[in-house]
Amino acid sequence: MSVRRVMGTETEFGISVTGQPLANPMVASSRVVNAYAGSTLRARRARWDFEEESPLRDARGFDMSRQVADPSQLTDEDLGLANVILTNGARLYVDHAHPEYSTPECTNPRDIVIWDKAGEQVGLDACRFASTPGEGDLVLYKNNTDNKGASYGSHENYLMRRSTPFADIVRHLTPFFVSRQVMCGAGRVGIGQDGRKDGFQISQRSDYFEVEVGLETTLKRPIINTRDEPHADPGRYRRLHVIIGDANLAEVSTYLKVGTTAIVLSMIEDRYLSAELSVRRPVQTLHEVSHDPGLEHLLELADGRKLTAVQLQWEYHRLASAYVADRLGDDADAQTLDVLARWASVLDRLERDPMECARELDWVAKLQLLEQYRDRDGLAWDDAKLALIDLQYADLRPQKGLYHRLLRLGRMERLVSEEEVVAAMHEPPHDTRAFFRGRCLAKYPDAVAAASWDSVIFDLPGHESLQRVPTIDPLRGSRAHVGQLIEECDTALALFEALTR
Amino acid sequence: MAQEQKQPRKSQENEEPTDGAPAPEGAVSERKEQLDEDIDAILDEIDDVLETNAEDFVKSFIQKGGQ
Repeated sequence: MSVRRVMGTETEFGISVTGQPLANPMVASSRVVNAYAGSTLRARRARWDFEEESPLRDARGFDMSRQVADPSQLTDEDLGLANVILTNGARLYVDHAHPEYSTPECTNPRDIVIWDKAGEQVGLDACRFASTPGEGDLVLYKNNTDNKGASYGSHENYLMRRSTPFADIVRHLTPFFVSRQVMCGAGRVGIGQDGRKDGFQISQRSDYFEVEVGLETTLKRPIINTRDEPHADPGRYRRLHVIIGDANLAEVSTYLKVGTTAIVLSMIEDRYLSAELSVRRPVQTLHEVSHDPGLEHLLELADGRKLTAVQLQWEYHRLASAYVADRLGDDADAQTLDVLARWASVLDRLERDPMECARELDWVAKLQLLEQYRDRDGLAWDDAKLALIDLQYADLRPQKGLYHRLLRLGRMERLVSEEEVVAAMHEPPHDTRAFFRGRCLAKYPDAVAAASWDSVIFDLPGHESLQRVPTIDPLRGSRAHVGQLIEECDTALALFEALTR
Repeated sequence: MAQEQKQPRKSQENEEPTDGAPAPEGAVSERKEQLDEDIDAILDEIDDVLETNAEDFVKSFIQKGGQ
Protein backbone atom coordinates (compact mmCIF):
# COMPACT_ATOMS: atom_id res chain seq x y z
CA MET A 1 0.00 0.00 0.00
CA SER A 2 3.04 2.21 0.14
CA VAL A 3 6.56 2.57 -1.18
CA ARG A 4 7.76 0.17 1.54
CA ARG A 5 8.80 -3.22 0.24
CA VAL A 6 11.82 -5.52 0.40
CA MET A 7 14.01 -4.48 -2.51
CA GLY A 8 17.55 -4.00 -3.74
CA THR A 9 19.60 -2.85 -6.71
CA GLU A 10 22.49 -4.40 -8.62
CA THR A 11 25.07 -2.36 -10.50
CA GLU A 12 27.49 -3.75 -13.06
CA PHE A 13 30.23 -1.17 -13.44
CA GLY A 14 32.07 -0.44 -16.66
CA ILE A 15 35.79 -0.90 -16.08
CA SER A 16 38.98 0.34 -17.68
CA VAL A 17 42.67 0.57 -16.89
CA THR A 18 44.17 3.94 -17.77
CA GLY A 19 46.62 3.70 -20.64
CA GLN A 20 45.81 0.02 -21.25
CA PRO A 21 42.79 -0.26 -23.52
CA LEU A 22 43.49 -3.94 -24.10
CA ALA A 23 43.61 -4.92 -20.42
CA ASN A 24 41.62 -8.10 -19.75
CA PRO A 25 38.39 -6.93 -18.09
CA MET A 26 37.89 -10.17 -16.14
CA VAL A 27 41.35 -9.91 -14.64
CA ALA A 28 40.86 -6.21 -13.93
CA SER A 29 37.45 -6.87 -12.33
CA SER A 30 38.89 -9.64 -10.16
CA ARG A 31 41.70 -7.35 -9.08
CA VAL A 32 39.18 -4.72 -8.01
CA VAL A 33 37.02 -7.12 -5.99
CA ASN A 34 39.95 -8.99 -4.45
CA ALA A 35 41.72 -5.78 -3.51
CA TYR A 36 38.65 -4.52 -1.70
CA ALA A 37 38.18 -7.83 0.08
CA GLY A 38 41.85 -8.00 1.01
CA SER A 39 41.92 -4.47 2.36
CA THR A 40 38.68 -4.35 4.27
CA LEU A 41 37.63 -7.83 5.34
CA ARG A 42 39.36 -9.28 8.32
CA ALA A 43 40.93 -12.73 8.38
CA ARG A 44 38.99 -15.46 6.67
CA ARG A 45 37.01 -14.44 3.64
CA ALA A 46 33.46 -15.75 3.59
CA ARG A 47 32.48 -17.39 0.33
CA TRP A 48 29.22 -16.95 -1.47
CA ASP A 49 26.88 -19.87 -0.85
CA PHE A 50 25.18 -20.92 -4.09
CA GLU A 51 22.89 -23.59 -2.66
CA GLU A 52 19.64 -21.68 -3.06
CA GLU A 53 20.40 -20.10 -6.42
CA SER A 54 18.42 -21.19 -9.45
CA PRO A 55 18.90 -18.64 -12.23
CA LEU A 56 17.15 -20.80 -14.82
CA ARG A 57 13.83 -20.93 -13.00
CA ASP A 58 11.16 -19.06 -14.91
CA ALA A 59 8.34 -17.18 -13.21
CA ARG A 60 5.96 -18.68 -15.74
CA GLY A 61 6.45 -22.06 -14.09
CA PHE A 62 9.07 -24.05 -15.94
CA ASP A 63 12.83 -24.55 -15.71
CA MET A 64 15.08 -23.92 -18.66
CA SER A 65 17.38 -26.87 -19.18
CA ARG A 66 21.06 -26.30 -18.70
CA GLN A 67 21.79 -27.72 -22.14
CA VAL A 68 19.78 -25.05 -23.93
CA ALA A 69 20.96 -22.23 -21.71
CA ASP A 70 23.60 -19.83 -22.96
CA PRO A 71 26.77 -20.13 -20.86
CA SER A 72 26.43 -16.49 -19.88
CA GLN A 73 23.20 -17.35 -18.06
CA LEU A 74 24.95 -19.70 -15.69
CA THR A 75 25.85 -17.59 -12.72
CA ASP A 76 25.53 -20.14 -9.98
CA GLU A 77 28.59 -22.15 -10.82
CA ASP A 78 31.46 -20.76 -8.92
CA LEU A 79 33.78 -19.94 -11.79
CA GLY A 80 36.59 -19.07 -9.47
CA LEU A 81 35.88 -15.39 -9.95
CA ALA A 82 36.06 -13.09 -6.96
CA ASN A 83 32.89 -13.01 -4.90
CA VAL A 84 32.59 -11.59 -1.40
CA ILE A 85 30.02 -10.45 1.12
CA LEU A 86 30.52 -7.14 2.86
CA THR A 87 29.75 -6.16 6.42
CA ASN A 88 26.96 -3.89 5.14
CA GLY A 89 25.22 -7.02 3.88
CA ALA A 90 25.99 -6.29 0.22
CA ARG A 91 27.60 -8.62 -2.29
CA LEU A 92 30.64 -7.53 -4.35
CA TYR A 93 31.70 -9.87 -7.12
CA VAL A 94 32.77 -10.33 -10.70
CA ASP A 95 29.92 -10.92 -13.10
CA HIS A 96 31.21 -11.86 -16.54
CA ALA A 97 33.60 -9.02 -17.23
CA HIS A 98 32.40 -6.40 -14.77
CA PRO A 99 32.63 -5.78 -11.04
CA GLU A 100 29.11 -5.88 -9.65
CA TYR A 101 27.72 -4.53 -6.40
CA SER A 102 24.37 -5.73 -5.09
CA THR A 103 22.89 -3.68 -2.28
CA PRO A 104 21.73 -5.40 0.87
CA GLU A 105 17.99 -5.87 1.19
CA CYS A 106 16.34 -2.53 1.96
CA THR A 107 12.75 -1.67 2.82
CA ASN A 108 12.27 1.79 1.29
CA PRO A 109 13.47 4.00 -1.58
CA ARG A 110 15.55 6.32 0.58
CA ASP A 111 17.56 3.41 1.97
CA ILE A 112 18.07 2.19 -1.60
CA VAL A 113 19.62 5.55 -2.44
CA ILE A 114 21.93 5.30 0.58
CA TRP A 115 23.14 1.72 -0.01
CA ASP A 116 23.29 2.19 -3.79
CA LYS A 117 25.49 5.26 -3.27
CA ALA A 118 27.56 3.29 -0.74
CA GLY A 119 28.24 0.86 -3.61
CA GLU A 120 29.79 3.69 -5.62
CA GLN A 121 32.09 4.48 -2.70
CA VAL A 122 32.97 0.80 -2.33
CA GLY A 123 33.82 0.69 -6.04
CA LEU A 124 35.93 3.80 -5.72
CA ASP A 125 37.85 2.47 -2.72
CA ALA A 126 38.27 -0.89 -4.45
CA CYS A 127 39.93 0.83 -7.40
CA ARG A 128 42.26 2.76 -5.11
CA PHE A 129 43.27 -0.45 -3.34
CA ALA A 130 43.74 -2.30 -6.64
CA SER A 131 45.75 0.33 -8.48
CA THR A 132 49.52 -0.02 -8.26
CA PRO A 133 51.89 2.77 -9.26
CA GLY A 134 53.17 2.44 -12.81
CA GLU A 135 50.57 -0.11 -13.86
CA GLY A 136 47.72 2.23 -14.74
CA ASP A 137 44.76 3.19 -12.60
CA LEU A 138 41.63 1.09 -12.44
CA VAL A 139 38.58 3.20 -13.17
CA LEU A 140 34.90 2.28 -12.79
CA TYR A 141 32.02 3.84 -14.68
CA LYS A 142 28.42 3.75 -13.51
CA ASN A 143 26.89 3.55 -16.96
CA ASN A 144 25.36 0.83 -19.13
CA THR A 145 27.05 0.85 -22.50
CA ASP A 146 30.37 1.34 -24.29
CA ASN A 147 28.42 2.79 -27.23
CA LYS A 148 29.92 0.10 -29.46
CA GLY A 149 27.27 -2.58 -29.02
CA ALA A 150 27.98 -3.85 -25.50
CA SER A 151 25.55 -3.21 -22.67
CA TYR A 152 25.80 -4.19 -19.02
CA GLY A 153 23.01 -3.99 -16.55
CA SER A 154 21.74 -2.25 -13.53
CA HIS A 155 18.94 -4.28 -12.07
CA GLU A 156 16.28 -3.80 -9.45
CA ASN A 157 14.72 -6.51 -7.34
CA TYR A 158 11.34 -6.33 -5.65
CA LEU A 159 9.86 -8.96 -3.38
CA MET A 160 6.28 -9.66 -4.42
CA ARG A 161 3.42 -11.84 -3.31
CA ARG A 162 3.47 -15.21 -5.06
CA SER A 163 -0.32 -15.08 -5.40
CA THR A 164 -0.19 -12.20 -7.88
CA PRO A 165 -0.72 -13.58 -11.39
CA PHE A 166 2.35 -12.96 -13.53
CA ALA A 167 0.12 -11.89 -16.42
CA ASP A 168 -1.12 -8.96 -14.29
CA ILE A 169 2.46 -7.87 -13.71
CA VAL A 170 3.21 -7.98 -17.43
CA ARG A 171 0.03 -6.13 -18.35
CA HIS A 172 0.31 -3.25 -15.89
CA LEU A 173 4.05 -2.91 -15.59
CA THR A 174 4.98 -2.84 -19.29
CA PRO A 175 3.45 0.60 -20.06
CA PHE A 176 4.96 1.90 -16.84
CA PHE A 177 8.45 0.70 -17.83
CA VAL A 178 8.09 2.02 -21.37
CA SER A 179 7.44 5.50 -19.98
CA ARG A 180 9.33 5.75 -16.66
CA GLN A 181 12.60 6.47 -18.48
CA VAL A 182 11.55 10.14 -18.65
CA MET A 183 12.37 10.22 -14.91
CA CYS A 184 15.13 7.67 -14.54
CA GLY A 185 16.94 7.55 -17.86
CA ALA A 186 20.64 8.34 -17.50
CA GLY A 187 21.01 9.97 -20.94
CA ARG A 188 23.15 8.79 -23.80
CA VAL A 189 25.01 10.28 -26.77
CA GLY A 190 24.41 7.95 -29.71
CA ILE A 191 21.38 6.18 -31.13
CA GLY A 192 21.15 2.44 -31.76
CA GLN A 193 22.90 -0.41 -29.98
CA ASP A 194 26.29 0.50 -31.40
CA GLY A 195 25.55 4.23 -31.22
CA ARG A 196 26.20 4.69 -34.93
CA LYS A 197 23.50 7.31 -35.39
CA ASP A 198 24.36 10.72 -33.98
CA GLY A 199 22.18 12.38 -31.40
CA PHE A 200 21.08 12.31 -27.78
CA GLN A 201 18.61 9.90 -26.21
CA ILE A 202 17.03 9.68 -22.78
CA SER A 203 18.07 6.16 -21.79
CA GLN A 204 21.34 4.24 -21.76
CA ARG A 205 19.61 0.89 -21.96
CA SER A 206 16.45 1.22 -24.05
CA ASP A 207 17.99 0.37 -27.43
CA TYR A 208 19.17 -2.99 -26.04
CA PHE A 209 15.66 -4.26 -25.32
CA GLU A 210 14.25 -6.46 -28.05
CA VAL A 211 11.35 -8.50 -26.66
CA GLU A 212 8.40 -7.96 -24.32
CA VAL A 213 8.75 -10.87 -21.88
CA GLY A 214 11.48 -13.43 -21.32
CA LEU A 215 14.09 -15.05 -19.12
CA GLU A 216 17.25 -13.80 -20.77
CA THR A 217 19.29 -10.92 -19.43
CA THR A 218 22.24 -10.93 -21.84
CA LEU A 219 20.61 -11.51 -25.22
CA LYS A 220 17.15 -10.76 -26.57
CA ARG A 221 16.63 -8.63 -23.47
CA PRO A 222 12.98 -8.44 -22.37
CA ILE A 223 11.10 -5.46 -20.92
CA ILE A 224 9.71 -7.84 -18.28
CA ASN A 225 12.22 -10.39 -17.06
CA THR A 226 10.79 -13.66 -15.82
CA ARG A 227 13.70 -14.86 -13.72
CA ASP A 228 12.10 -16.30 -10.59
CA GLU A 229 14.53 -16.86 -7.79
CA PRO A 230 12.89 -15.45 -4.70
CA HIS A 231 15.70 -16.00 -2.14
CA ALA A 232 12.71 -16.37 0.19
CA ASP A 233 9.86 -18.83 0.75
CA PRO A 234 8.86 -19.60 -2.86
CA GLY A 235 5.36 -20.56 -1.72
CA ARG A 236 4.74 -17.00 -0.54
CA TYR A 237 7.01 -14.81 -2.61
CA ARG A 238 8.48 -14.15 -5.97
CA ARG A 239 11.32 -11.76 -6.65
CA LEU A 240 10.58 -9.49 -9.55
CA HIS A 241 13.92 -9.05 -11.32
CA VAL A 242 13.82 -5.77 -13.26
CA ILE A 243 16.52 -5.45 -15.89
CA ILE A 244 15.26 -2.43 -17.80
CA GLY A 245 16.58 0.45 -15.69
CA ASP A 246 19.59 2.67 -16.25
CA ALA A 247 22.39 3.01 -13.72
CA ASN A 248 21.65 6.32 -12.01
CA LEU A 249 24.00 8.70 -10.27
CA ALA A 250 21.39 11.38 -9.55
CA GLU A 251 19.81 10.56 -6.20
CA VAL A 252 16.36 11.78 -7.21
CA SER A 253 16.42 9.55 -10.30
CA THR A 254 17.22 6.47 -8.19
CA TYR A 255 14.67 7.45 -5.54
CA LEU A 256 11.88 7.93 -8.06
CA LYS A 257 12.87 4.84 -10.05
CA VAL A 258 12.38 2.48 -7.12
CA GLY A 259 9.77 4.53 -5.26
CA THR A 260 7.33 4.79 -8.14
CA THR A 261 7.91 1.19 -9.20
CA ALA A 262 7.27 -0.02 -5.65
CA ILE A 263 3.95 1.77 -5.48
CA VAL A 264 2.85 0.49 -8.90
CA LEU A 265 3.68 -3.04 -7.74
CA SER A 266 1.51 -2.49 -4.68
CA MET A 267 -1.40 -1.49 -6.86
CA ILE A 268 -0.87 -4.59 -9.00
CA GLU A 269 -0.75 -6.86 -5.94
CA ASP A 270 -3.92 -5.32 -4.55
CA ARG A 271 -5.63 -5.68 -7.95
CA TYR A 272 -6.29 -1.96 -7.85
CA LEU A 273 -5.41 -1.36 -11.49
CA SER A 274 -8.22 -1.98 -13.90
CA ALA A 275 -7.53 0.88 -16.29
CA GLU A 276 -6.26 -0.30 -19.64
CA LEU A 277 -2.97 1.47 -20.26
CA SER A 278 -1.35 -1.08 -22.56
CA VAL A 279 0.70 0.48 -25.33
CA ARG A 280 0.88 -0.85 -28.86
CA ARG A 281 4.27 -2.19 -29.99
CA PRO A 282 5.90 -1.69 -26.56
CA VAL A 283 9.47 -2.49 -27.66
CA GLN A 284 9.42 -0.06 -30.58
CA THR A 285 7.67 2.52 -28.40
CA LEU A 286 10.31 2.13 -25.70
CA HIS A 287 12.96 3.09 -28.26
CA GLU A 288 10.89 5.98 -29.64
CA VAL A 289 10.36 7.46 -26.18
CA SER A 290 14.07 7.27 -25.48
CA HIS A 291 14.91 8.95 -28.79
CA ASP A 292 12.68 11.94 -28.04
CA PRO A 293 14.24 14.19 -25.38
CA GLY A 294 11.71 16.86 -26.37
CA LEU A 295 9.10 14.56 -24.76
CA GLU A 296 6.58 15.17 -27.52
CA HIS A 297 6.32 11.69 -29.02
CA LEU A 298 2.79 10.27 -28.83
CA LEU A 299 2.45 6.69 -27.64
CA GLU A 300 -0.44 4.72 -29.03
CA LEU A 301 -2.48 2.94 -26.41
CA ALA A 302 -4.29 -0.29 -27.16
CA ASP A 303 -7.62 1.51 -26.71
CA GLY A 304 -6.70 4.05 -29.38
CA ARG A 305 -5.73 6.96 -27.14
CA LYS A 306 -2.53 8.83 -27.87
CA LEU A 307 -0.47 10.11 -24.93
CA THR A 308 3.04 11.38 -24.39
CA ALA A 309 5.25 9.36 -22.05
CA VAL A 310 4.81 12.07 -19.41
CA GLN A 311 1.03 11.92 -19.77
CA LEU A 312 1.15 8.14 -19.41
CA GLN A 313 3.16 8.61 -16.21
CA TRP A 314 0.49 11.07 -15.05
CA GLU A 315 -2.09 8.29 -15.49
CA TYR A 316 -0.10 6.08 -13.13
CA HIS A 317 0.43 8.98 -10.75
CA ARG A 318 -3.28 9.77 -10.64
CA LEU A 319 -4.09 6.12 -9.90
CA ALA A 320 -1.35 5.91 -7.26
CA SER A 321 -2.55 9.06 -5.49
CA ALA A 322 -6.12 7.78 -5.39
CA TYR A 323 -4.90 4.38 -4.22
CA VAL A 324 -2.84 5.79 -1.36
CA ALA A 325 -5.70 8.09 -0.32
CA ASP A 326 -8.16 5.20 -0.48
CA ARG A 327 -6.09 2.60 1.35
CA LEU A 328 -4.06 4.71 3.76
CA GLY A 329 -5.82 8.06 4.03
CA ASP A 330 -4.28 10.05 6.86
CA ASP A 331 -2.12 7.07 7.85
CA ALA A 332 0.03 7.31 4.73
CA ASP A 333 3.71 7.36 5.70
CA ALA A 334 5.87 10.38 4.98
CA GLN A 335 8.05 8.68 2.39
CA THR A 336 5.11 7.45 0.34
CA LEU A 337 3.69 10.96 0.29
CA ASP A 338 7.11 12.35 -0.60
CA VAL A 339 7.47 9.98 -3.56
CA LEU A 340 4.03 10.98 -4.82
CA ALA A 341 4.82 14.68 -4.43
CA ARG A 342 8.23 14.51 -6.12
CA TRP A 343 6.83 12.34 -8.88
CA ALA A 344 4.14 14.97 -9.60
CA SER A 345 6.58 17.84 -9.35
CA VAL A 346 8.99 16.24 -11.81
CA LEU A 347 6.23 15.35 -14.29
CA ASP A 348 4.84 18.87 -14.08
CA ARG A 349 8.20 20.44 -14.89
CA LEU A 350 9.05 17.88 -17.57
CA GLU A 351 5.88 18.93 -19.34
CA ARG A 352 6.71 22.61 -19.06
CA ASP A 353 10.42 22.51 -19.80
CA PRO A 354 12.54 19.40 -19.10
CA MET A 355 15.54 21.62 -18.31
CA GLU A 356 13.80 22.59 -15.07
CA CYS A 357 14.71 19.09 -13.83
CA ALA A 358 18.45 19.46 -14.46
CA ARG A 359 19.24 19.35 -10.73
CA GLU A 360 17.34 16.12 -10.18
CA LEU A 361 17.43 13.83 -13.20
CA ASP A 362 20.53 12.32 -14.80
CA TRP A 363 19.43 12.60 -18.41
CA VAL A 364 18.45 16.23 -18.05
CA ALA A 365 21.63 17.16 -16.18
CA LYS A 366 23.69 15.46 -18.88
CA LEU A 367 21.72 16.99 -21.75
CA GLN A 368 21.99 20.46 -20.25
CA LEU A 369 25.76 20.12 -19.98
CA LEU A 370 26.00 18.80 -23.54
CA GLU A 371 23.87 21.65 -24.87
CA GLN A 372 26.00 24.18 -23.03
CA TYR A 373 29.10 22.73 -24.68
CA ARG A 374 27.39 22.69 -28.06
CA ASP A 375 26.40 26.28 -27.52
CA ARG A 376 29.82 27.49 -26.44
CA ASP A 377 32.00 25.48 -28.83
CA GLY A 378 29.65 25.01 -31.77
CA LEU A 379 29.76 21.21 -31.61
CA ALA A 380 27.70 18.88 -33.80
CA TRP A 381 26.34 15.69 -32.25
CA ASP A 382 29.04 13.59 -33.91
CA ASP A 383 31.78 15.45 -32.08
CA ALA A 384 33.88 13.10 -29.96
CA LYS A 385 33.91 15.63 -27.14
CA LEU A 386 30.19 15.09 -26.58
CA ALA A 387 30.67 11.32 -26.44
CA LEU A 388 33.47 11.92 -23.95
CA ILE A 389 31.21 14.06 -21.75
CA ASP A 390 28.60 11.28 -21.81
CA LEU A 391 31.21 8.71 -20.76
CA GLN A 392 32.97 10.86 -18.21
CA TYR A 393 29.70 11.81 -16.54
CA ALA A 394 29.72 8.26 -15.17
CA ASP A 395 33.36 8.14 -14.01
CA LEU A 396 33.17 7.31 -10.29
CA ARG A 397 36.24 9.36 -9.36
CA PRO A 398 35.24 12.62 -7.66
CA GLN A 399 37.99 14.58 -9.39
CA LYS A 400 37.23 13.27 -12.90
CA GLY A 401 33.57 12.26 -12.90
CA LEU A 402 31.36 14.98 -14.34
CA TYR A 403 28.35 14.03 -12.21
CA HIS A 404 30.61 14.52 -9.22
CA ARG A 405 31.83 17.88 -10.53
CA LEU A 406 28.25 19.04 -10.95
CA LEU A 407 27.46 17.79 -7.45
CA ARG A 408 30.38 19.71 -5.96
CA LEU A 409 29.33 22.82 -7.86
CA GLY A 410 25.99 22.54 -6.10
CA ARG A 411 24.19 21.73 -9.35
CA MET A 412 22.69 18.37 -8.26
CA GLU A 413 20.11 17.82 -5.56
CA ARG A 414 20.99 15.47 -2.71
CA LEU A 415 18.49 13.41 -0.75
CA VAL A 416 20.88 11.77 1.69
CA SER A 417 23.97 12.93 3.53
CA GLU A 418 27.56 11.99 2.80
CA GLU A 419 27.81 10.68 6.38
CA GLU A 420 24.93 8.28 5.82
CA VAL A 421 26.53 6.98 2.63
CA VAL A 422 29.95 6.47 4.21
CA ALA A 423 28.42 4.67 7.20
CA ALA A 424 26.46 2.44 4.82
CA MET A 425 29.69 1.15 3.29
CA HIS A 426 30.11 -0.88 6.48
CA GLU A 427 26.78 -0.86 8.29
CA PRO A 428 23.81 -2.94 7.11
CA PRO A 429 20.23 -1.67 7.02
CA HIS A 430 18.74 -2.45 10.43
CA ASP A 431 15.34 -3.68 9.29
CA THR A 432 16.07 -6.73 7.10
CA ARG A 433 18.04 -9.98 7.33
CA ALA A 434 20.99 -8.02 5.89
CA PHE A 435 21.48 -6.91 9.49
CA PHE A 436 22.14 -10.47 10.65
CA ARG A 437 24.41 -11.25 7.68
CA GLY A 438 26.41 -8.04 7.97
CA ARG A 439 26.76 -8.04 11.74
CA CYS A 440 27.87 -11.70 11.78
CA LEU A 441 30.55 -10.90 9.22
CA ALA A 442 31.69 -7.88 11.18
CA LYS A 443 31.72 -9.50 14.59
CA TYR A 444 32.70 -13.11 13.83
CA PRO A 445 34.79 -12.87 10.63
CA ASP A 446 36.78 -16.01 11.42
CA ALA A 447 33.71 -18.14 11.98
CA VAL A 448 31.67 -17.28 8.87
CA ALA A 449 32.60 -19.77 6.16
CA ALA A 450 30.06 -18.62 3.59
CA ALA A 451 26.90 -16.59 3.25
CA SER A 452 24.24 -15.74 0.73
CA TRP A 453 20.97 -13.85 0.65
CA ASP A 454 19.21 -16.65 2.50
CA SER A 455 21.84 -18.19 4.72
CA VAL A 456 24.89 -17.65 6.89
CA ILE A 457 27.18 -20.66 7.23
CA PHE A 458 29.35 -20.99 10.29
CA ASP A 459 32.49 -23.01 10.87
CA LEU A 460 32.39 -23.57 14.61
CA PRO A 461 34.79 -25.15 17.07
CA GLY A 462 33.48 -28.52 18.23
CA HIS A 463 31.34 -29.00 15.12
CA GLU A 464 32.77 -31.28 12.45
CA SER A 465 30.50 -30.03 9.70
CA LEU A 466 29.61 -26.48 8.74
CA GLN A 467 26.46 -25.14 10.36
CA ARG A 468 23.99 -23.37 8.11
CA VAL A 469 21.64 -20.77 9.57
CA PRO A 470 18.87 -20.16 7.05
CA THR A 471 17.58 -16.60 6.68
CA ILE A 472 14.68 -17.38 4.41
CA ASP A 473 12.45 -14.54 5.59
CA PRO A 474 13.90 -11.22 4.38
CA LEU A 475 12.24 -9.31 7.21
CA ARG A 476 13.62 -11.50 10.00
CA GLY A 477 17.17 -11.26 11.31
CA SER A 478 16.67 -7.51 11.71
CA ARG A 479 18.11 -5.47 14.55
CA ALA A 480 14.84 -5.78 16.43
CA HIS A 481 15.08 -9.57 16.18
CA VAL A 482 18.76 -10.29 16.75
CA GLY A 483 20.48 -7.01 17.61
CA GLN A 484 20.63 -7.62 21.32
CA LEU A 485 21.51 -11.29 20.90
CA ILE A 486 24.50 -10.52 18.69
CA GLU A 487 25.59 -7.86 21.15
CA GLU A 488 25.47 -10.36 24.00
CA CYS A 489 27.27 -13.20 22.20
CA ASP A 490 31.03 -12.80 22.17
CA THR A 491 31.57 -15.75 19.86
CA ALA A 492 29.81 -17.22 16.85
CA LEU A 493 29.47 -20.47 18.79
CA ALA A 494 27.57 -18.70 21.56
CA LEU A 495 25.33 -17.05 18.99
CA PHE A 496 24.71 -20.33 17.19
CA GLU A 497 23.85 -22.10 20.43
CA ALA A 498 21.50 -19.31 21.44
CA LEU A 499 19.78 -19.43 18.04
CA THR A 500 19.35 -23.21 18.05
CA ARG A 501 18.54 -23.66 21.72
CA MET B 1 16.99 16.45 -32.61
CA ALA B 2 18.74 18.96 -34.84
CA GLN B 3 21.93 17.56 -36.28
CA GLU B 4 23.32 20.72 -37.79
CA GLN B 5 26.42 22.33 -36.42
CA LYS B 6 25.70 25.05 -33.93
CA GLN B 7 27.26 28.49 -34.16
CA PRO B 8 29.52 29.10 -31.20
CA ARG B 9 27.93 31.58 -28.83
CA LYS B 10 31.22 33.32 -28.06
CA SER B 11 31.92 34.27 -31.65
CA GLN B 12 28.41 35.69 -31.92
CA GLU B 13 29.01 37.81 -28.87
CA ASN B 14 32.12 39.29 -30.43
CA GLU B 15 30.18 40.61 -33.37
CA GLU B 16 28.88 44.16 -33.40
CA PRO B 17 25.18 44.38 -32.66
CA THR B 18 23.17 44.90 -35.83
CA ASP B 19 21.70 48.31 -36.27
CA GLY B 20 18.12 48.62 -35.24
CA ALA B 21 18.09 45.50 -33.06
CA PRO B 22 16.39 46.31 -29.77
CA ALA B 23 18.97 46.44 -27.00
CA PRO B 24 18.22 44.01 -24.17
CA GLU B 25 17.18 45.97 -21.16
CA GLY B 26 17.92 46.17 -17.46
CA ALA B 27 17.36 43.27 -15.14
CA VAL B 28 16.65 40.66 -17.80
CA SER B 29 19.94 41.16 -19.60
CA GLU B 30 21.82 41.31 -16.30
CA ARG B 31 20.31 38.02 -15.25
CA LYS B 32 21.19 36.49 -18.58
CA GLU B 33 24.74 37.77 -18.33
CA GLN B 34 25.04 36.37 -14.85
CA LEU B 35 23.70 33.03 -16.08
CA ASP B 36 26.15 32.99 -18.99
CA GLU B 37 29.00 33.74 -16.62
CA ASP B 38 27.91 30.92 -14.34
CA ILE B 39 27.77 28.52 -17.25
CA ASP B 40 31.15 29.63 -18.52
CA ALA B 41 32.63 29.09 -15.07
CA ILE B 42 31.20 25.58 -14.93
CA LEU B 43 32.41 24.69 -18.40
CA ASP B 44 35.85 26.09 -17.65
CA GLU B 45 36.07 23.88 -14.59
CA ILE B 46 34.92 20.85 -16.56
CA ASP B 47 37.37 21.65 -19.36
CA ASP B 48 40.12 21.21 -16.78
CA VAL B 49 39.13 17.63 -15.97
CA LEU B 50 38.04 16.34 -19.39
CA GLU B 51 40.32 13.67 -20.82
CA THR B 52 42.64 15.27 -23.34
CA ASN B 53 42.21 13.31 -26.55
CA ALA B 54 38.44 12.86 -26.72
CA GLU B 55 38.38 10.76 -29.87
CA ASP B 56 41.04 8.26 -28.77
CA PHE B 57 39.65 8.06 -25.27
CA VAL B 58 36.13 7.31 -26.40
CA LYS B 59 37.36 4.80 -28.98
CA SER B 60 39.41 2.88 -26.45
CA PHE B 61 36.50 2.48 -24.01
CA ILE B 62 35.50 -1.05 -25.00
CA GLN B 63 33.44 -3.25 -22.71
CA LYS B 64 32.20 -6.77 -22.84
CA GLY B 65 28.46 -7.23 -22.57
CA GLY B 66 27.04 -8.02 -19.18
CA GLN B 67 23.68 -9.07 -17.85
